[in-house]
Amino acid sequence: MRHGKYPFIIGFLVVPLALYLVFVVGAYLQMFQLSLTDWSGYGGFTYIGVENFQKLWDDSVFWIALRHNLYLLIVMPIVTIALALFFAFLLNSGGKKAGGVWGSKVYRVIFFFPQLLALAIVAVIFGRVFGSDKSGMINGLLPQSWTPWLFLADERWALTCILVVLVWQAVGFYVVLFSAGMGSIAEEIYEAAALDGATKVTLFFKITLPLLWDTLQVAWVYLGIAAFDAFALVNIMSVNHGGPNNSTQVLSMQIYLNAFQNSQAGYASALGVVLFFLTLTFAALTLRVTRRDAVAA
Amino acid sequence: MSEITKSELDRRTLLRRAAAVGLVAAPGVSFLSACAGSDDNGDDTKQATGTKSADNPLGIDPKAGIEIVIFDGGLGTKYATDVDTPLYNSKWPDSKVTYSATQQVATTIKPRLNSGTAPDMINNSGSDIMDFGAIVKAGQAADLSDLFAAPSLDIAGKTVAETLVPGAVQQGTYDGKPFAVNYSFTVFGLWYNKKLFAKNNWTIPTTWADFTALLDKIKAAGITPFGYAGANASYYMVRAIMTSAAKIGTEQVLKDIDNLKPGAWTNDAVKQAAAAWGEIGKKYINPSFLGLKHTEVQLQQNQDKVAFYPCGSWLENEQAASTPAGFEYAMMTYPSVTASDKLPAAAINAAAGEIYFAAAKSKNPQGGKEYLRTMLSKKAALEFTKLTKSLTVVAGAADGVTISPGLTSANDALGKAGQDVFMGYLFDTWYKKLDDASREAANQLMFKGGDAQKFCDTMEAASQAVAKDSSITKFTRS
Repeated sequence: MRHGKYPFIIGFLVVPLALYLVFVVGAYLQMFQLSLTDWSGYGGFTYIGVENFQKLWDDSVFWIALRHNLYLLIVMPIVTIALALFFAFLLNSGGKKAGGVWGSKVYRVIFFFPQLLALAIVAVIFGRVFGSDKSGMINGLLPQSWTPWLFLADERWALTCILVVLVWQAVGFYVVLFSAGMGSIAEEIYEAAALDGATKVTLFFKITLPLLWDTLQVAWVYLGIAAFDAFALVNIMSVNHGGPNNSTQVLSMQIYLNAFQNSQAGYASALGVVLFFLTLTFAALTLRVTRRDAVAA
Repeated sequence: MSEITKSELDRRTLLRRAAAVGLVAAPGVSFLSACAGSDDNGDDTKQATGTKSADNPLGIDPKAGIEIVIFDGGLGTKYATDVDTPLYNSKWPDSKVTYSATQQVATTIKPRLNSGTAPDMINNSGSDIMDFGAIVKAGQAADLSDLFAAPSLDIAGKTVAETLVPGAVQQGTYDGKPFAVNYSFTVFGLWYNKKLFAKNNWTIPTTWADFTALLDKIKAAGITPFGYAGANASYYMVRAIMTSAAKIGTEQVLKDIDNLKPGAWTNDAVKQAAAAWGEIGKKYINPSFLGLKHTEVQLQQNQDKVAFYPCGSWLENEQAASTPAGFEYAMMTYPSVTASDKLPAAAINAAAGEIYFAAAKSKNPQGGKEYLRTMLSKKAALEFTKLTKSLTVVAGAADGVTISPGLTSANDALGKAGQDVFMGYLFDTWYKKLDDASREAANQLMFKGGDAQKFCDTMEAASQAVAKDSSITKFTRS
């Protein structure tokens, strides 16, 4: 038995590993290489050193996009996690026996539903929901006499509209994730606390939240990485690819525009390199800052 | 139709001017001319060739198949499947035509260009268009000199180039060599419902004062006087502003802009045009249009909710399915902005567009060119015009044919413009970044209060940024 174990495991791993190396690691390596070139995307190229990065530093749109990514990075995980925790707690209401609110099993399915839709479909649907005239769903529901809200066409609110969709799409998954986490908390702890007279709020903050910390940490990293992306929504929903007036511009959109539209694949790769390090730094920082010992102490 | 014949001469004059537009790619030029058609990757794919003869001027291999890719957009694809391919096959029955249509040209074609498995003939168009300057620079487009020098398929005694409206070849010429066939011929103007205007006794204005007076009347009638879709069609508005600027200060204004000349965007003509249009945006546009896509606003026009829509002559065909019986497209030229405009009110912007090219590194580029030669035959051009309600660059191909009302009015406008037809600008295809900036600036101008100075300054800054960026290949025209 033990004899055949390694070939067996390797047999399973070798294909996915090869795919991963070629299509993920390989692509990243190539991006690092291309970021040092003037490749247009159509033919040969020459190496130009760090010129792309200097250009990036002087590019005002890059800084706007970065600011929007940071905004998403801060707001989106907080809102999503807060909502997901709230819903998950309602569904479970601490401990299996206590049970959640009435019909919680149905809600669980409903919450998860957005996950089943492809992001592009979500974007198209919400593009119609946020339609800037009466044909838009929200504006259509408003009384006829009201001036339609512009939503995505209003630069003050466009990014918030996209944020709302990002949160809507993500919450369900984390509700299920947190529900599972809550389910694994030992029943006795809740019982003991309840006997001591703890309210549900106390149960949540003193027991559920601390014991869920690992799951939260993972959620935070995932959501942060999602916040660095947001490409599909911006590409499909926003006015003029990141507009109006760059108010929904994000780094991933800039990469796309430069690589595939402006014929500046080299420059786009430089943007990609920056995004790579930002994401990596973020993940490392999150894992470090939210280390468990803060709770364990 | 006789109008076509009538304006034929005028179109010629127009394109004679456009003929001067030999595009000169400054850097990368020697490299470009050296490797068009050759393969600098070293992994030469074997390309199909045959023996040249009078019947086979491009020397294609009659047995080799060709692969074509057509953009499925405003013009549809019927002209390729129902006209061009059968016509090609009637001459070359043994050559199998592999056809596909796409709305995502860059997404589907670019990887194939880079991997050396390009289709033989490509229609580069749509919102996912490939940067053609970059394609030429990378040696991916085949030199079409032999195509244009070859005899026409069905017009006796003429080469392909001689059958086209003058300037058509030059418009696809980079550094003295032709790389693209700009097949359709587009007239730009303001489109309206002729029946609606007739019903209300609204007359077509030629001065800006008459124009705004009419817009006031339309507004009083409860119709949004003017509109365009900000979400994805703001370049229609850029075209309107640029046309007005050219009318105020002649086409030289646009040439300066294309040549990235410092101060080109802060020129008085541009400023006046932007101010005039900014005022229209402030008073007569529906703010929700900023969030809408072109088909949504066009549909509203078909429902008589919007009076004027700035667009090219493809509009009528694009909307064919949604146009109700009470709607008849007509086009008017942009009114004079000032009393001292250098071009008359009848002056018009019309240009060859819609790029078709043979890929240099495909299996059968000569076959791709032969397909283009088929498209440039009189018969194919005539059918194209019938099917798409768009004129082609094949001179006189639509003679004696009844064409749609919208195209008729566009053709009339061309006739009235006489000598004063200009090709317009090329910065949008040369410098995608500047194109983006202009779209955004036009939206800002039209929907955010009409600040003409801001429009000029933003564009001037964007233009100079492109000028300074050494990684962008520069082109010039005169």
